[in-house]
Amino acid sequence: MSRQYLIRRLLIAIPSLLGISIVLFTVLALAPGDPFGELASNPAIPPEVAASLRAKFGLDDPVWIRYMHWLVAMVHGDWGFSFASRINVDTLILQRLPTTLIVIGAAQILAIIVALPVGVLAGTRPYSIFDQVANTLAFIGFSLPTFFTGLLLILIFSVRLDWLPMVYRADLGSTGWTWFVAEIKQSIMPVAVLGLFQGASLVRYVRSAVLDVVRLDYVTTARSKGIGERKVITRHVVRTALIPVVTLVALQMPVVFGGAIVTEQIFRVPGIGSLLISAMLSNDTPVVMAVTFVFACLVVLFNLIADILYGWLDPRIAYR
Amino acid sequence: MASAVVLLAIVLAVVLGPLVWRVPINEIDFAAQLAGPSWAHPLGTDDLGQDILARLLYGGRISIAVGLCAMLVAAVVGVLVGAIAGMSRGSVDAALMWLADLFLSLPQLPLLLLIIYLFRGALTSVFGSQGGIFVMVVAVIGGLRWMQVARLVRAQILSIREKEFIEAARALGASKVRQVVRHILPNAMGPVIVAGTIDVAAAIIAESTLSFLGLGFPPDIPTWGRVLFDAKDTLDVAPHWALFSGAAIFLTVLSINFIGDGLRDALDPRRVL
Repeated sequence: MSRQYLIRRLLIAIPSLLGISIVLFTVLALAPGDPFGELASNPAIPPEVAASLRAKFGLDDPVWIRYMHWLVAMVHGDWGFSFASRINVDTLILQRLPTTLIVIGAAQILAIIVALPVGVLAGTRPYSIFDQVANTLAFIGFSLPTFFTGLLLILIFSVRLDWLPMVYRADLGSTGWTWFVAEIKQSIMPVAVLGLFQGASLVRYVRSAVLDVVRLDYVTTARSKGIGERKVITRHVVRTALIPVVTLVALQMPVVFGGAIVTEQIFRVPGIGSLLISAMLSNDTPVVMAVTFVFACLVVLFNLIADILYGWLDPRIAYR
Repeated sequence: MASAVVLLAIVLAVVLGPLVWRVPINEIDFAAQLAGPSWAHPLGTDDLGQDILARLLYGGRISIAVGLCAMLVAAVVGVLVGAIAGMSRGSVDAALMWLADLFLSLPQLPLLLLIIYLFRGALTSVFGSQGGIFVMVVAVIGGLRWMQVARLVRAQILSIREKEFIEAARALGASKVRQVVRHILPNAMGPVIVAGTIDVAAAIIAESTLSFLGLGFPPDIPTWGRVLFDAKDTLDVAPHWALFSGAAIFLTVLSINFIGDGLRDALDPRRVL
C-alpha cells in the first residue's frame, strides 16, 4: 500500500467531516428557541449579564461567522460547559468515551467471531440445512430490535436465573481478580446484545460474498491443483470474500452507534450514548451537540479505517 | 408466504381490532394493576390497570402508519433525487451523489434524537401534540433514509436510458420528464419496491427506538416502543407487559423483512443474497 493512497484517503475524510459539521450546525441554527433561554428565564441572572453573554458568544452575528466560530471551537476541543454536570463538556465526554469504545469494540469482535465461520460455512454449502437454519436465525437476529433483546436477556439472566447483574456499574468497589470477574459478568449482556445484532447482518454479507467468490475460476484452479478443500476455503476464498465485507461493515457503523445508544441506555452503561440521552432529558444542549459531533467523527474515522483496510486487502484499489 | 399471512393478520388486527375489542385504552383500574393474562384482559394489564391488548392494537396503528408514511417520504425523495441525478450528467449528478454519500455517513440515531430534541417544542405548537410528533417523526425518519433509493434509481436510470426503447421515445420527441415518468421509472421499480419494503421495517424500528428512549410519542399515545418503554421498569413483576409489546414489534418487522427478501428473489433473480 502506497503512502499516496493513505494521504488521499485522509484528504477525502476532511470534506465529509466538514459536510457533517455543516449539517449539524444547520440543524442547530434552524432550531427554534435560544441556547440561552435557560439563562434568560433564570431570575437569578440579571438581564445585563444575559445580554453580555449573548454578545460574548456572538449570538447576534451572521450565520456563517457563527458557523466559523463554532467550528473553530469544536476543532480546538473547546466544547463548552455542561449545564447539568457543571464541568467542561470535553472532560465529561473523555470520561465516558472509553467505556463506549470498549463495548462497541468487544461487540464487533464477538460479531466477527460468530459471523465469519457461520457465513463461510453457509456460503460454501448453499441451500443445505445448515445454510437454511443459519439464514433464518440471521433474519430473526436482525429483526429483533436491540431494545427488545436487551430486555429479554435481562428477563432471562437477571430476573429469572439471577446469573448476571441487571445494570452496569462504573464503581465496583472491589479490586484485583474479583473486580475483573465482576467487570466481565456485567459486560456480557450489553456486548452480547450488540454483537449478536451486528453478527446477524454480517452472516448474510459473508455468505453472499463467499457465494460470489466460490464460483470464480481461480478457485477451481486451486482445487484442481490438488489443494485440500479446507485450505482452498481459508486461504483463497475467505481472503477475497472479505473485501466487500469490510466496506459493508463500515457502512454499518452508523447503525452500530445507534444500537450502542440503546444498549447503553438499557443496561445503564456509563458511555457517551447514555450521556446523550440523559443530556437530552435534562435539556443540556452543549453536551447534546458535542456527543452528536463525537458520534459523527467516530463514523468518519471508522470509514477511514475501513478504506485503509480495503487498500491493504485489495492492492488493486490502492494503485488506481 | 407465511410471513405475508402473519403481516396481513397483524395489519387487520390493528385496523379492525379496536372496533371489535372495545376496551378503552386509558381506562384506569387499580384493582387489576399489573395483572397477568386473563379472560377480562387477554394480554394482562399495565401498572395503571390499563388493558394491554387495547393499547397494543391502538399503538400498532400508529407504529405501522409511521412506518408506511416514512417509507413514502423516503421513496418520493429518493426517486426524485435519483431521477434528477441519473438524467443530468456532470456536476449536478456528482453533487447529488456526494450529498447521498454524506447522508449515508451521518450517525442516524444521534441525529434523529438531536432533531427531535431541538424541534419538538416548535412543531407541537403548530400541529398539536399528537400531529406534531407524528409529522416530525415521519419527516425525520424518511428524510434520513432516502439515500439507498436514490442510488438504486440512479443506477437503474443510467443503464435503462441507453436502451433502444428509450432512444425510440427520444426520437419521437418525448421530453425528459416524460421519458423518465412513462418509460424509465416503470422499468426501474423492482429494486425500489424491495428497498421500500425493508424501509417500512426500518422505520418501525426507528420509531420504536425513539419511543423506547422516551423521546418519541408522549405516554398517552401507546405506540409499541412506548409501551415497551413503560414496561421496562417492572420486568420482574410483570414480564408479560414487555413480552407482548416486544413480540408485536418483532413479528411485524420479521414478516416485513421476509416479504422484502421474497420480493427481491422474485423481482431480481440475478442477485443472490
